Parts: sequence; structure tokens; C-alpha cells
Amino acid sequence: MKNNMTATKRAAFLGLATALSLLLSYVEVLMPPLYAAVPGIKLGLPNMAILYLLYSTDVRYAALVSLTRVAISSLLFGNVMSLSYSLAGAVLSLSVMWLLKKTKFFSEVGVSVAGGVTHNLGQVLVAVLLLDTPQIAYYMIVLTVTGTISGIFIGLCGAFLLKRLPHEKFMRF
Amino acid sequence: MNKQTTTVRRRHDILFIAVLLFLCAAAALGLYVFREDGDTVTVSIDGQLYAEYPLTEDRVVELISDGGFNRLIIEDGYAYVEEASCPDGICSSHRPIGHNGESIICLPNKVVIEIHRREQNQPDIIS
Repeated sequence: MKNNMTATKRAAFLGLATALSLLLSYVEVLMPPLYAAVPGIKLGLPNMAILYLLYSTDVRYAALVSLTRVAISSLLFGNVMSLSYSLAGAVLSLSVMWLLKKTKFFSEVGVSVAGGVTHNLGQVLVAVLLLDTPQIAYYMIVLTVTGTISGIFIGLCGAFLLKRLPHEKFMRF
Repeated sequence: MNKQTTTVRRRHDILFIAVLLFLCAAAALGLYVFREDGDTVTVSIDGQLYAEYPLTEDRVVELISDGGFNRLIIEDGYAYVEEASCPDGICSSHRPIGHNGESIICLPNKVVIEIHRREQNQPDIIS
């Protein structure tokens, strides 16, 4: 990728990817909560963009876009508290997805499921630390089920995108 | 990536998902089977213990914190939040809690309401 992509093209592409992931964050903010009693149940739409980047480019670009998205979406739609939750989820899930991708043991769907579940895990861990309440960990039971289901959905969408949006072609311009 | 490796990976995916869901089901079942009735309600605000109430006495408490208020109701051995100032309303839509270890957590107001069991089980002396 490095050889056939100049700095300008790379900046434009990553800017576009960041804008897309922010748009997906916004769509997710607009969606009503599915089950209000347990916070954190969501589709994880921005992960579709991150998953695409992870598979089509490099973990460095995926991390760059993910961190930028977290910072901007917390400024736009959240607060300082939501920044720490999002950051923990994003860092943990991207690390796990990257490592699992490298093992080549799972397809995009398995990687995405692991990403969804560990995103929730990161947020629950931060909540346990910030509130000093280990009982919050019980949420993980529900969140693992919902994270798995949304991970399957995002993984299937991501796999479809990777097939239909041939990154090798359109990134050479 | 050829077709065969894709199939193998998809099989691994399905196995992984099945294991995750099985673990959740086992954990949920375990919690349900081993739950005990609680007898005490504790309230902490911003990590500090704020108050403790017996679950056996009905009462209404206004919990005032930096973030606002949460109105805690204790009724018929269960505790719930009737109304709160927080924007998400997660605490007030939470079902009533009454079993040992259950909790209602209001993240915006940093309020944690927990059920405990202070009295130990009487040993069964009739054998």
C-alpha cells in the first residue's frame, strides 16, 4: 500500500474513512436504545469502517482512524466521561481484532465478534474502575450476547464490503 | 484466500460464537440458581458509602448527589428508583431489585444502589 499511495492520497483516504466512521457514530447516536436497563447495547456501526481498514490497509491506519473517531465523537456527542469509556473499548477491541486477524484462525465475522465483545469488556472494566463497583461486571453476560449478535452483523457487512469495494483497485487511483 | 480456508475459518467462527453464547448461558443460569434474598440496601455516591437501609421497611429516600437526585423507593422487600434527574433514565427504568448482589447504577449521578445479605443462613438443625 505504501508504494502506490502518496502522502496526499493517504491523507485524503484516511480523512474520508474518518468522516465515514464519524457518520456511522452519528447514526448510532440517533438510534433509540434497545433495552435501557443495560447501557452499552449497540450495533457498533463504526466498527464496520475500522474492520474494513484493518483488512484493507494496515493496523496503524485503522488505529489512527479509530482514535480520531473516538476523540471527535466524544466531543460532538458525549463528554469527558464518555471519552474514557469509548477509548478503552476502542483500544482493547482493535488490539484483539488485530491479533486475531494475524492468527488467521477466524474469518472477518469471528474477528468482528471478538471486537464487539472486547469493546464492551473494555467499557465494563473502565466502569468497574471509575465507580469502584465490581458488580458492574454482571453486565458482561448480557453484553456478551448482544455484542456477539451485533459482531456477526458487522462482520458479515464488513466481509461483503471487502468483497464488493475492491480496496486494491480504488486506492491506487 | 481460497474457498477451503474460508470454510474452515467460518467453522471456527461458528465454534467461537457457540462457546461465547454457552458461557453466557451457563453464567446466567448459575447466577439465577444460586441467588439469595437480600435484607439490606446500601447506597454509595461517588464511591463513598452514603447510607444503608433495611430492605424490610418500606420507605422513600431522595438521594442528592452532585449530578442531581435519584428517588429511591423501598417496598415489599424490593428497591427501585422511581424518578431521577439523570438524562438517560437507565436507573429509573431498571426493574426492582431484591436479591443479594443485585444493583442499580446511575452513571451520570455516580449513584450505586446495592442489595446485600447481612444475616447468614440459619444452619438446618433438623436432619
